[in-house]
Amino acid sequence: MVTLTIDGRKLKAEEGKTILQVAEDNNIYIPTLCFNEAVKAYGACRLCLVEITRRGREKLVASCLYEVEEGLKVKTGSDRVVANRKMLMELLLARCPNNKEVQDLARKLGVEETSFQQDDNQCILCALCVRVCQEVVGVSAISLVNRGVDRQMGTPYYEPSDVCIGCGSCAYVCPVGAIKFEDIGDTRYIKWPNNKMEFKLKKCKTCGSYWIPERQIEYMMEQTGLPPDTFDNCPDCRD
Amino acid sequence: MAKKQQTSKRLNSVAALEALRKAIVASRDPDKPCITVCGGTGCLALGARDVIAGFKREIEKGGLEGKVSLKITGCPGFCEKGPLVVIKPEDILYQQVKAGDAAEIISETVKGNIVDRLLYVDPNTGKKTTYESDVPFYKKQKRLLLGSNSSIDPTVIEDYLALGGYAALGRALSGMTPEGIIDEVKKSGLRGRGGGGFPTGAKWETCRKAEGEKRYVICNCDEGDPGAFMDRSLMEGNPHSVLEGMIIGAYAVGSHEGYIYVRNEYPLAVKNAEIAIEQAEEYGLLGRNILGSGFDFSVKISRGGGAFVCGESTALMASLEGKVGEPRAKYVHTVEKGLWEQPTNLNNVETWANVPLIIKDGAGRYAKIGSEGSKGTKIFSLVGKINNTGLIEVPMGITLREIIYGIGGGIPEGKKFKAVQTGGPSGGCIPDSFLDLPVDFDQLDKAGSMMGSGGMIIMDENSCMVDIARYFINFLEGESCGKCLPCREGLKRMSQILTGITEGRGKDGDIDLLERLSATLVDCSLCALGSTAPNPVLTTLRYFRDEYEAHIKDKRCPAGVCKALVTYSIDEEKCPGCGLCAKACPVEAITDMGKKKPAILDKEKCIKCGACYDVCNLGAVIRK
Repeated sequence: MVTLTIDGRKLKAEEGKTILQVAEDNNIYIPTLCFNEAVKAYGACRLCLVEITRRGREKLVASCLYEVEEGLKVKTGSDRVVANRKMLMELLLARCPNNKEVQDLARKLGVEETSFQQDDNQCILCALCVRVCQEVVGVSAISLVNRGVDRQMGTPYYEPSDVCIGCGSCAYVCPVGAIKFEDIGDTRYIKWPNNKMEFKLKKCKTCGSYWIPERQIEYMMEQTGLPPDTFDNCPDCRD
Repeated sequence: MAKKQQTSKRLNSVAALEALRKAIVASRDPDKPCITVCGGTGCLALGARDVIAGFKREIEKGGLEGKVSLKITGCPGFCEKGPLVVIKPEDILYQQVKAGDAAEIISETVKGNIVDRLLYVDPNTGKKTTYESDVPFYKKQKRLLLGSNSSIDPTVIEDYLALGGYAALGRALSGMTPEGIIDEVKKSGLRGRGGGGFPTGAKWETCRKAEGEKRYVICNCDEGDPGAFMDRSLMEGNPHSVLEGMIIGAYAVGSHEGYIYVRNEYPLAVKNAEIAIEQAEEYGLLGRNILGSGFDFSVKISRGGGAFVCGESTALMASLEGKVGEPRAKYVHTVEKGLWEQPTNLNNVETWANVPLIIKDGAGRYAKIGSEGSKGTKIFSLVGKINNTGLIEVPMGITLREIIYGIGGGIPEGKKFKAVQTGGPSGGCIPDSFLDLPVDFDQLDKAGSMMGSGGMIIMDENSCMVDIARYFINFLEGESCGKCLPCREGLKRMSQILTGITEGRGKDGDIDLLERLSATLVDCSLCALGSTAPNPVLTTLRYFRDEYEAHIKDKRCPAGVCKALVTYSIDEEKCPGCGLCAKACPVEAITDMGKKKPAILDKEKCIKCGACYDVCNLGAVIRK
């Protein structure tokens, strides 16, 4: 255990935990967009930056990546942190001026409008979808393509993916609702910012509702070795 | 049979290495004239291949193999005057040599004569200089690393051995402990030449002490700054010096596996590094049981795909692992968890090349060179608006004035010096009030710039500093990996604002916004690419704010560079009607009205190329 101070509060925390985890454990709010406990911390959105004092010097660190240490002093809302966070939100707002989640977070952090020229994106490039697809689902159907300002997320060459199982984890994990996911009749539609795919759904033997993409069943069988009849019924109709 | 020959070359002790060195030196006639031709990339581009072919032809034709030898070497630095030929042992320098000069050079050299017309002429004094070391470009340099380039054929390990090569390794492996070596490097004061300036010895020590199953050493040869070719020239011209440094470093940190990460756009560096590794392996200087010491170390080459960001250590390591070359946070340093999560010591080409010097001659001697906080020499590529473009090596602490005027020969066409950008695209622009600034890590930092890897771009009075800032931000915008928000989105917006200013769309508040945005990039970026990227903007704002204001408030570009803000007109009083401007105009915007009648310029048609302005010697074309 180490002792640290966050915003003047003296806290005890397990070694190896990050500042963000310790803050969350203690109900201290630090904004973040690219962090999700399901995947490894990535440190890309920079919104979770906090000010720490180390060897007498103050610096900003990404709290999702920085592990707590004995005697650490953390400020989550210093002037420097707030000014930078606002600027980051202005940049995000310029990128995604019409995204509701981005607008809401901006307002929450005290930013009403952006000083920059505006584009019209929905995706904030936090890569959560990509990381979930790789680290949790294990199929890497989507990735980030191109470099720098041209960066986008998509399937290879924006073509229908051979490996995507249509599970929708990407849509579920997206913090700004940039990936649309809808089941209509026997078809699931996943709409990423730059391309889309359709998946045939399987019907539940008991209630008759369409509940899971056939590809997802194939993949789960492959992974687990379970027999096909395991997936005959939807979770609601199972014994 | 081939295998037997290989084993016979192997050196099993330091004594065997020294014996081989003696034998190599004894087999060479020190008085035999040797024509050395620079085979570095600059001279090759200027036609050195034809020159080399010319020499070969002439030597063969005259059956002169016994009287004169020919050597293709690395870059001696004076690229401006290439292709360069140096006649050894006197070190007579011939510049801008052409294939047709080969016959004369050979016949005169054999007779012991000098070809007067190919000597360097000082443009300021008109004086001819015979010997390389007397040329002003070389005179103020201290070429500890580059000095051997013109004596070594980089593909011949024996050339390196003849000059004392691998003696430092012999010393390290036979009489020094790893801790002793680290101590020596610490005492030398050597700091990383890749840009950060971190003390090398301390880095090695942390790596040695870090826990891990394996340790790696890496040589960073992913030089990507526009106009920079320091590392390239070392790797191309003297790859064994880099390799020797790496082997010593590996022994010191306890590593048995090393990588040279070199960009694929440097084919000659890749090739020469490959040859050097092969030759060092043959001699038992790399591989198992080096020089019979029991120490094993091997080096592999990994070729980079040309992403600027891969020069950043964590991105480089990701790329080496076969992943996308993107940086990660360095809260846990790479010396503790680097390549494949193992302790990894990464140094830049030039840093590695310094190591043999320190071990061979001792830290004390090395530490005498340089300034208080920065020891040794530094290689810079001197480019831009400068008379003597080239690669220079100077002691740390030399002033900018000595570099620009003493070595660089000043600004072409007698124009005024305006600024120097040091440290690559994310370095800062330093104005003339800093000409007497001693060049070292700390002083450049204080001036708002940085050492970087050693780019030095000179700008004259005709450079627009807003446009310069726009250019570098554009470059960095293109090279940002896009992972973190401030760098990706911030550079894009910065570029838009700067482009707007240079195109006459600047508005009140732009400067303030640039400053606030810069602060966020510095504070929040994930890696050094983003956090140093605003330097060109911040320094030009600091030293040339009036130029920004002129662009924004007066819609005027004082240097006359930004087309949207410049208009051309004819001064009717001064124009004699000579018609030169009309001839130069590519779009027929100027009408020649005949002698003694001023020309007429149609502003609607004018594309603002400035051709008329350049040809008029009477100042009759006005640029505003």
